[in-house]
Amino acid sequence: MNKIKKMTHQTEFYIFLVIIVLACIIQGRSGQFFTGNNIVSLLNAMIVPALFSIGTFMIIVSGGIDVSFPAVAALTSYVVTVVLNAADYTGPIVVPFLFAGALGLACGAFNALFIAKMRLPALIATLGTQSVFRGILQGALNAQQINDLPISMKEFGDTNLLVSSNEAGVTSLLPIAFLVLVVVVVIAFIIMRYTMLGRGIYAIGGDENSANRAGFKVMKIQFFVYCFAGVLAGVTGVIRASMMNMVHPTNMFGMEMTVIAAIVLGGTSITGGTGTLTGTMLGTFLLTMVSNSLIMLGVPSYWQDFMTGLLIIVGTAVSSIQILRSQKQKKNSLSRASS
Amino acid sequence: MQEEYVLRATDIIKSFAGVKALQGVHLEIKKGEIHCLAGENGCGKSTLIKIISGVYSLDSGKVEFNGVDQTHQLSPLNAIMNGIQVIYQDFSIFPNLSVMENLAYNSELMQRRKFVNWKRFRRIAEEAVSKINFNVDLDAKVGTLPVADKQLVAISRALINNAKLIIMDEPTTALTKKEVEALFRIIKDLQKQGIAILFVSHKLDEVFEISERFTILRNGQNVKDGDTSELDSDKFTYYMTGRHFENKHFTAEIKEEKPILEVRNLSREGEYENVTFDLRKGEILGITGLLGSGRTELALSLFGLNKPTSGQILMNGKEIRLDSVQDAMRNKIGYVPEDRLTEGLFLDQSIGRNIVISEMNHFSSKLGIINEEKRDADISKWVSELKIKVADPNLPASTLSGGNQQRIVLAKWLATNPEVLILNGPTVGVDIGSKHDMHAILHELAKNGLGIIIISDDLPEVITNCSRVLIMRGGKITGEVDPLQTTESDLTKQVTGAAVNS
Amino acid sequence: MKNNATVSMRIKNWYGQDRNFARLLIIFILVVIAFSIINPSKFLTVANFQSMVYQFPEFGLMALGVMLTMLLGGIDLSVVGMANLTSIAAASVLVALVPEGASDSQTMLTIIFAVVIGLVVGSAAGYLNGNLVSRLHIPPILATLGTQQLFTGIGLIVTQGSSISRLPAMYAATGKTLVAGFIPLALFFFIAAVIVLSIVLNKTKFGMSLYMMGSNPVASKFSGLNNTALTNRAYLMSGTLSAMAGLIMLVNYNSAKADYGTAYQLQTILIVVLGGVNPNGGFGKVGGVTLAILILQILSSGLNMFPNISNFYRQLIWGGVLLAVLTLNYFTQLREQKKISTSYKSGKTEPAKA
Repeated sequence: MNKIKKMTHQTEFYIFLVIIVLACIIQGRSGQFFTGNNIVSLLNAMIVPALFSIGTFMIIVSGGIDVSFPAVAALTSYVVTVVLNAADYTGPIVVPFLFAGALGLACGAFNALFIAKMRLPALIATLGTQSVFRGILQGALNAQQINDLPISMKEFGDTNLLVSSNEAGVTSLLPIAFLVLVVVVVIAFIIMRYTMLGRGIYAIGGDENSANRAGFKVMKIQFFVYCFAGVLAGVTGVIRASMMNMVHPTNMFGMEMTVIAAIVLGGTSITGGTGTLTGTMLGTFLLTMVSNSLIMLGVPSYWQDFMTGLLIIVGTAVSSIQILRSQKQKKNSLSRASS
Repeated sequence: MQEEYVLRATDIIKSFAGVKALQGVHLEIKKGEIHCLAGENGCGKSTLIKIISGVYSLDSGKVEFNGVDQTHQLSPLNAIMNGIQVIYQDFSIFPNLSVMENLAYNSELMQRRKFVNWKRFRRIAEEAVSKINFNVDLDAKVGTLPVADKQLVAISRALINNAKLIIMDEPTTALTKKEVEALFRIIKDLQKQGIAILFVSHKLDEVFEISERFTILRNGQNVKDGDTSELDSDKFTYYMTGRHFENKHFTAEIKEEKPILEVRNLSREGEYENVTFDLRKGEILGITGLLGSGRTELALSLFGLNKPTSGQILMNGKEIRLDSVQDAMRNKIGYVPEDRLTEGLFLDQSIGRNIVISEMNHFSSKLGIINEEKRDADISKWVSELKIKVADPNLPASTLSGGNQQRIVLAKWLATNPEVLILNGPTVGVDIGSKHDMHAILHELAKNGLGIIIISDDLPEVITNCSRVLIMRGGKITGEVDPLQTTESDLTKQVTGAAVNS
Repeated sequence: MKNNATVSMRIKNWYGQDRNFARLLIIFILVVIAFSIINPSKFLTVANFQSMVYQFPEFGLMALGVMLTMLLGGIDLSVVGMANLTSIAAASVLVALVPEGASDSQTMLTIIFAVVIGLVVGSAAGYLNGNLVSRLHIPPILATLGTQQLFTGIGLIVTQGSSISRLPAMYAATGKTLVAGFIPLALFFFIAAVIVLSIVLNKTKFGMSLYMMGSNPVASKFSGLNNTALTNRAYLMSGTLSAMAGLIMLVNYNSAKADYGTAYQLQTILIVVLGGVNPNGGFGKVGGVTLAILILQILSSGLNMFPNISNFYRQLIWGGVLLAVLTLNYFTQLREQKKISTSYKSGKTEPAKA
């Protein structure tokens, strides 16, 4: 009983409701939502944004923000592909992942340098680093689309976990990369819930001064979240390339908006300190669902930006109104209690 | 041999940017005693505490914990390891996390644990709250607790690591009378367990009530230390300020019987109800009550920031609506807020701008263009009128002392030429010296025909400075007293409701 | 002792306010000299300066808008979206209402109408931002990030993802007229905006209120300032300025599209931070921002003279300059703090109020 009551107080519950309602509407309009094909392709489409959202979720909980991860992913996947191609690399997929992770780590550390060490506003700093990463990619490296990937990456993209096809012969694929997502979610969950590091992320998002006095190493924790997000962005870049079977310098740009929107929709406070991975995953699923289903409902694809923008605004407005209301209630109950 | 002192700091010298904050200060605390560290703002109390707790380093001097010289090992962790715990004014809590987590983190981090064991967290938390019999939901988020409970969370947390000395920095500031009493019971209880308490305060009644020994600092130097029994209120004030004061009762010269402000059956659901009173020119009306009695809510309603649900407000006999601060200003009502730093001042902006921000209309054209000569004339007028000590009004307000900052806020409202001025806790956190000066200014203003309302829970303040005092309890005005015919203990009874309940 | 401290404080204060301007002026002069020496035959030409004065009013006006919101402690990430929305609105009006072979006077009237519509659309978009921040209390970063997406989305829907071109030739021609025979219209509007804004910020109640609210919004509420109205007005003005930028973009590109000028989003923030505006609000001058705009334009034009440098390098340079400026500020602050407390142990500063 208590648990149910507690559940209805959580944002996750409401997003879940919204997802169900929306799914039913789409099902009603197109009759195609609850099909194996659709579910599989939804999960497929969710892999990349969900991977991005995990690292960014940690950053936002710690009280920061990061808009540079698509640039990091683009840069690392490009460099990894070019270097491995040049070396005629034919070995296992581990190497591209490790390589991308290392490059991502460097990018994340670069971000952390400005934010954790110099204490610059995170948004402005990552806008700057994003521009630098993009500049290196498109200017210094003069990146172009590459259609030839190292064999292991190609194979990784072609290996499927699930294949679903309907009578019309249309098949939807769930690549093995989905497993990576599952593993990363589990790792992130363990970090956030069962390590002092993870609790420290919540703690510094709640009150940095208190965290410092309690003995949390604030700067180290901040370094960790930006580096972790960097590593994830690098790995995600390689996964994206494998899944699309090409490397493209710009086709991830703009994802930062939807990813941040998904996290905030999922109940994570943009000012830090609160939020859950479950909410983040649900938020990502919701946004993926909206953009995927637009096509299913026959809405032209250029409506997508509009819908995302609208969702960000409505989602943040709802949560900020909730906060205002709970503050008011708290104030009222407080004065009543003492009178 | 058992060491007598849990803490001995001697000849502590510390300067900031060439300014000496501490000039050879000493502080000695015996095992298990309740010691009070007193002094006016800026006397060096906080600096001394931060040196002991390892936040600041010292320039020279010696610090011993339990008889062992620690001068060169001072750090926050070292202090905790030696059983020295500081409870800061903001309690250093995590509002977004549960009580359990707030309690467990410090000790977990001290033991350099890397992983979380929620069962152990709960054990630690349960043990901690049981030490002071603190009844609280361990899963509740700390941000949702009342202030007093937040403080108890901080105290319970301090007890986890075998504390030998707990330093409490101004622990009573945000507490109601009842909560202060509860806190004092806990402090006495801790003492029985052999824990020494260093109580930092500048409220003399508290110093007398709780502490056995005291140390008073002034301008970074020791002025006096000894047993509290040797101290009386006059001496205390003198040691703190270096000045003698006499408390003169204020008597109003009512110029007009017709009230300037009339409040009729004013109510706001859940906050206060059926509040009725009059204010005449030249009067200083006191409204007193405990935290949560509805006094601040009422004050905000009279300033347009908290819309009443029913009732009337009349200015000069005409009914007015107060839906916004602008409405209040239009009706010549001014308000000096409770929290000077966040509600009253623009700390980074210039002193001059702080003074004239609310009267911009006086020196600007219809189009909103500012006449700079007129503005500067206004600024210098108020600086000299309120004797604000400034080198240059273009300096940021943060460069001023607390008393002078409070004068700026007052000047800001006087500049709007109000007929009614409401002051909420006008001398909270202000030094005794500045407090007396502030009261003298208010007396003068009332003599010149201003209607003043002082809202305060500082009973001596309302008794000496008001011509009438209204008592608020549970959202209602429960009585009116003549300050010349009442005593503090009498008023205390009325405010807490002790007399009525018996 | 105390007197000494306040005098040194005063000097520091004065120095702090004008040091930034002086530093920018030096950078400006250095950049001009550098390019004049490196490539005088290309840099010091009438054509080069002409192309510059047509370009910087675009992002300059947007940067002034961002500045207003940052003075309040907010930010406006939607200026590019508002500019594009404006130019799409104006272009749609022009294309729809000017038939082939319309007379000059008819076209002119429609152009005026289109400009008015454009300004209204941009201002309305800014007003929406203001309300999201002031009434719904959405953090400005999120609100304007969302509306940037929203405005771009509306633009995409209206244009169906392509561009609107085939504008009446008269629009671009009018846009390129020279005021007083030598000031291009775009530059004229930019100069006008700079002058008006300097007066507004330095000499009016509104300007003073903006700075004060940026310093402490709670105190400004308690001082009788109308925070909601101030916020709405600042964001609305940002919208109007962006709308002007959008109309200039329409002149320069002779077409409207939902995703023109996306690089300006970062560039405007770079300019405002470079110009000495405090990202936390309360401090910043039009003069500094204007100089930063000019510096950026000269850098940009200077880079144009090296055809072997890819256009994409510019992003690297903008990002690099932004980070360099922030780093420089960090180290100057660090030095000042060290002076104040040489022996503050923990690496982190606690809030000044404590």
